[in-house]
Amino acid sequence: MNVFPPNARFDFFGKRFIAYVLSVLLLLVAAGSLATKGLNLGLDFTGGVVVELGYPQGADIEAVRDTLDEHGFDQAVAQLFGSSESVLVRLPPSGESQSRVADAVLTALQAEAEDVTMRRVEYVGPAVGKELFNAGGLALLVVLAGILVYVGFRFQLRLAGGAILALAHDLVVVLGIVSLLGIRFDLTVLAAFLALAGYSINDTIVVFDRIRENFQKMRKGTEQEVMNASVNQTMSRTVITSGTTFFTALALFVFGGEALYGFSLTLLLGIAIGTFSSVYVASALSLDMGLKRQDLLKIDDREKAKQVEDNAS
Amino acid sequence: MNRYPLWKNLIVVVVVLVGLFYALPNFFGEEPALQISKRDGAVEQTALAEAQSALRAAGIDYTRSETQDESALIRFPSTDEQLEAVDVVRAALGGDYPVALNLAPAAPDWLTDLGALPMYLGLDLRGGVHFLMQVDMDAAIKTALERRVDGMRADLRQTKLRYVSAEVGDDQRIRVRFRDAADRDQAIEQLTADYEDLTFDESEIEGEPYLVAKMTEEGVTTERRAALEQNITTLRNRVNELGVAEPLIQQQGEDRIVVELPGIQDTVRAKEILGATATLEFRLVHGTPTDWMEADDSGSVPPQARLYQRRGGGPVLLKRQVIVTGDRVTGASSGFDQDSGSPAVFVNLDSQGARRMADITGDNIGQQMGVVFIENRTDSKVVDGKLVEEKRRVEEVINVATIRDQLANRFQITGLDSPEEARNLALLLRAGALRAPMDIVEERTVGPSLGAENIQAGVNAAILGFVLVAIFMMIYYRVFGVIAVVALVTNLILIVAVLSMLQATLTLPGIAGIVLTVGMAVDANVLIFERIREELRNGMTPHAAMKAGYERAFATILDANITTLLAALALFAFGTGPIKGFAVTLSIGILASMFTAVMLSRALANLIYGRQARLKGLSI
Repeated sequence: MNVFPPNARFDFFGKRFIAYVLSVLLLLVAAGSLATKGLNLGLDFTGGVVVELGYPQGADIEAVRDTLDEHGFDQAVAQLFGSSESVLVRLPPSGESQSRVADAVLTALQAEAEDVTMRRVEYVGPAVGKELFNAGGLALLVVLAGILVYVGFRFQLRLAGGAILALAHDLVVVLGIVSLLGIRFDLTVLAAFLALAGYSINDTIVVFDRIRENFQKMRKGTEQEVMNASVNQTMSRTVITSGTTFFTALALFVFGGEALYGFSLTLLLGIAIGTFSSVYVASALSLDMGLKRQDLLKIDDREKAKQVEDNAS
Repeated sequence: MNRYPLWKNLIVVVVVLVGLFYALPNFFGEEPALQISKRDGAVEQTALAEAQSALRAAGIDYTRSETQDESALIRFPSTDEQLEAVDVVRAALGGDYPVALNLAPAAPDWLTDLGALPMYLGLDLRGGVHFLMQVDMDAAIKTALERRVDGMRADLRQTKLRYVSAEVGDDQRIRVRFRDAADRDQAIEQLTADYEDLTFDESEIEGEPYLVAKMTEEGVTTERRAALEQNITTLRNRVNELGVAEPLIQQQGEDRIVVELPGIQDTVRAKEILGATATLEFRLVHGTPTDWMEADDSGSVPPQARLYQRRGGGPVLLKRQVIVTGDRVTGASSGFDQDSGSPAVFVNLDSQGARRMADITGDNIGQQMGVVFIENRTDSKVVDGKLVEEKRRVEEVINVATIRDQLANRFQITGLDSPEEARNLALLLRAGALRAPMDIVEERTVGPSLGAENIQAGVNAAILGFVLVAIFMMIYYRVFGVIAVVALVTNLILIVAVLSMLQATLTLPGIAGIVLTVGMAVDANVLIFERIREELRNGMTPHAAMKAGYERAFATILDANITTLLAALALFAFGTGPIKGFAVTLSIGILASMFTAVMLSRALANLIYGRQARLKGLSI
């Protein structure tokens, strides 16, 4: 049984310009959405208050809103969360410490209906939110730099360039879709992005590894033919691994509840985009950046020379 | 032929067995328990016996009890008994034994004795409060400067140098006004020698000679560090007073403190106690009631006195000199005054405080003494639909009494509004004062029901993800698929074992990391198996294909995993709380998968196919 014909010789790179067009379109849509709609930043980054309340009998959301108005919380936004038994109240950040605001909201709503329970309270001060945002951005940059150095060292600088561009492509496109769908961008979504960075590069490297091997093995054929063969050979692995990872992200999406909604959705999107980009963006860009057989042969030659030395001694 | 040397097989067997052993405690779950500790020292067997007999008398069942380290643990069949029991045990043992609700690992003793403990659940899974508190360092410096000013006043008086006023300004500078420049210059000379962490300058403000002092860089650094340290100590004491099992109190950055209280329900009281700055001061009364009214009306207060308001209303003048502050209190308990029946706090002083108290009260019998209650309060009210918070320092005199006898180390304070206030004040005096006020800048509270739901959601997702992947692998790779599934199960066991060994915190994103690992961990096996299939197609013999598949795929697996590990490490370095948990499980998962997918699966494949000399084909 095979998910991909074992002896296929699809001309992936001959058609790479179609893929480029698709990539550029995706990037444009992403950039457009990020520029106009922006990210729906969550409490973790903006600061503010979130109170989640449990209503075992089901909540009357209008009554909840009225109660909040009565108590002067007219900036509060109340909505049902997942089911009618759970209500989420959000308050925008203000300059002052708001840790008592959450208590006040809780007290006001509990006075109205007896069996209301506190499920979750989150308060983040505006300064802390900004710091978390900066730390997250820094983490992303460190990951990109670390990968650039590692791939540049283990493979070759042109491949490293292709890998980094592919990674940046994935992250921007997924960020754009997150913006377009209005997914709340919080700490867990940021974590999903960092996990995607790891996943997407993982996929790219498997293809690169085969490209390197084939350049050393296949003495005939142009660069494009060798790379085509490499992608064809690794295709079934790419499909299977993407598939199993997709399954598990899907399981998180289905059962993870509201807490992991943004996280798992981001992963699902990222796995799809990352699989596409490791074939088309990373390898194709390396090819167009002028990757030559010699670039990867040097390593091999050096190793051979060393082997001869070792044998001699 | 494919055979592993004995030592490789042994490594595989040993790692799997050790993993199983350390993962085991997690399958026993937890049971409700009460944790009893003692204010200073270890809980005695007699106290535990007392608690047990009280429980028997009240007809509450408990399963077993034990002492561990300094505290004792009583376990219950369900939370109903646990909640009933907490009041019974508290009443039986009294205030010296804080009693906390706890969930104790239900693993049998022989496991826990060998150091095998279940994973530590994060707040988002067990419920509880997480606070990030910001220490108000400006206030800390200002208080430090105020202490210096008090000292300077005394020093100047002693050397008979006359000054007009001495205050700390909002710009963190001490300004002392003198009658003439000669006095000022002499004062600077004298004070410079005594106050090493201050720098002194002369200055003229509106033609008057002033001395301006500010704290040196090092002085500021030392004060900030001291403020943070003392606040952490005080918070630790207060949390112990609250009776919380397994609290976490930790410095974060230069001016922040993280407080995590698992299982706390009453967050309002927790906040009140943690952030409270209430303390006491004892001062002698200055002048007569007529003087007080006059000072209040005219606003001109004698230099050696300060004007206070009484809690019941009306002004009172107290001497600037403090007899004793709340810092000198070693013990405090709340109760009722025997004569009036009003709420009271019974206070014990340390030897230095007691000596000062004895000296001063001995010299002033017949005079009056005032008790000042000091608190930094935050009032919040809704103005124009916006919540406005106002911070103010409340200093009110709760009690003025005539000194009848020389006071020593133990006495009582009355004048409090309610037994509740007496209880809180006693607690705060016992736990010590905060050196600087704090603000809560981040709070995350998870109710216990949501915590349980989060665990359920995580477990369900893990099972579904695992079943989907396992079914696919077994259909697609047949015998080798089964090998991959065994490797995957072992991988999960190893992740749980390592998390348990490290006592790392498992969070909801952490569970998500484990679930994701299930999907990604099979990648290594997929790479190997695809390679074997390819080599078979290229005409290699089954044995050669197996060998080539495992060996050639390894470099790829290493490269691919190292980059993912890089991402996980960055997450760990920059992430906070739950995100760190995700990074930890992801990293452990990657490392474990390198072992299971490569070594363990090869050992299994060798076991199944390795000894067959005439191997016709592989079920792959």
